[in-house]
Amino acid sequence: MKARVLIRPKAGILDPQGQTVERALPALGFEGVHDVRIGRMVELEVPDASRIGEMCEKLLANPLIEDYEILVVER
Amino acid sequence: MKFGVIRFPGSCDEVDALLACRRFADAELLWHGDRDLRGADAIVVPGGFSYGDYLRAGAIARFSPVMEAVREFALSGGPVLGICNGFQVLCEAGLLPGALLPNVGLRFVCRQVDLVVENASTPFTRVCDEGDVLSVPVKHTTGRYYAPEEALDELEADGQVLLRYAEGQNPNGSARDIAGVTNRQKNVAGLMPHPEHAVDPLTGSDSGGRLFASLVAHAEALTPA
Repeated sequence: MKARVLIRPKAGILDPQGQTVERALPALGFEGVHDVRIGRMVELEVPDASRIGEMCEKLLANPLIEDYEILVVER
Repeated sequence: MKFGVIRFPGSCDEVDALLACRRFADAELLWHGDRDLRGADAIVVPGGFSYGDYLRAGAIARFSPVMEAVREFALSGGPVLGICNGFQVLCEAGLLPGALLPNVGLRFVCRQVDLVVENASTPFTRVCDEGDVLSVPVKHTTGRYYAPEEALDELEADGQVLLRYAEGQNPNGSARDIAGVTNRQKNVAGLMPHPEHAVDPLTGSDSGGRLFASLVAHAEALTPA
C-alpha cells in the first residue's frame, strides 16, 4: 500500500524557513498568513502500514525535533 | 597511543583530522565498512557530508558497520570525539544528547570563533583550564544546537556543556551558546567548530590542538607506567 509521512519541526522549535516564507507572502499580496512551518514529505510503498510509526521513530523523523503524521493514501 | 579517524563516503575533513592527530600521536583512517577499530585508543568522527547528508545530517551514517564498533567502544568508556558532521552523527546515533538544526540565518557560516572551555575535567579538555579561550573555525549550515529546556538544564548541572561560543559570537543560534557537549559519562563529545583546522599558527591558531593533546594525555594517564 502507498503511504505518506509528513514531517515538520516540533511546535516551539524555531523554523527560520517558515519565518522567511511567512515574511515573503505579504509582498505578493497574501496578507494575514501566520504559523508557516516547513517540513518534508516521504512517500512510500509498504507491505504493512502498521510499521510506519516505528520507521518514523527510528529513521524517517528525529522525534526530538520533529513531529510526524502518517497518511495511508492507497490500500 | 593511537587515534582512529573514521572515513564515510562524503566525509571531507578526515585527512585534516588525521594530520591533526598525527601531530600528537599515531593515527590511522578507518573505513565506514570496517567492523573493528584496529586497536585505536580514541576515535574521531570527522566533518563532511556523510552519505550526502541524505534525510538529515548524520542520519544514515549511524547505521554503518564502523558505527556499531564505535558504539561498543563508547559504551565501554572509550573516548569518541565528533566534529561538525561527526557531532551530528553522534547525536543521531543517540550517543550524545540533543540535535543540530539549520542555522538561524539559514546560511552557511564560515568564520573563526572563540570558544570558552566550560568543563576542563574531561578527556577532551584536560590540558585546558576552565575559562580558557580557544580560537577555532566553524563552517556549517546545520549547527544550531538544540535540546529541550529541561534537558539543557540537566546538561548544565551535570557539566556536560564542554564548550560555549564566546559572548556575541554564536554563529548559528545554538541554545545557550553551546558549541560542544559530552555525554553523561564524559567519554563522548561533539562540537560544531573544527579543532583539526586550528593546529598550526600558520593558519591562524593552534589552540584547537589542545583537544587532541588532551586525548593523548588522557590515554597516557590510563597506561600503567
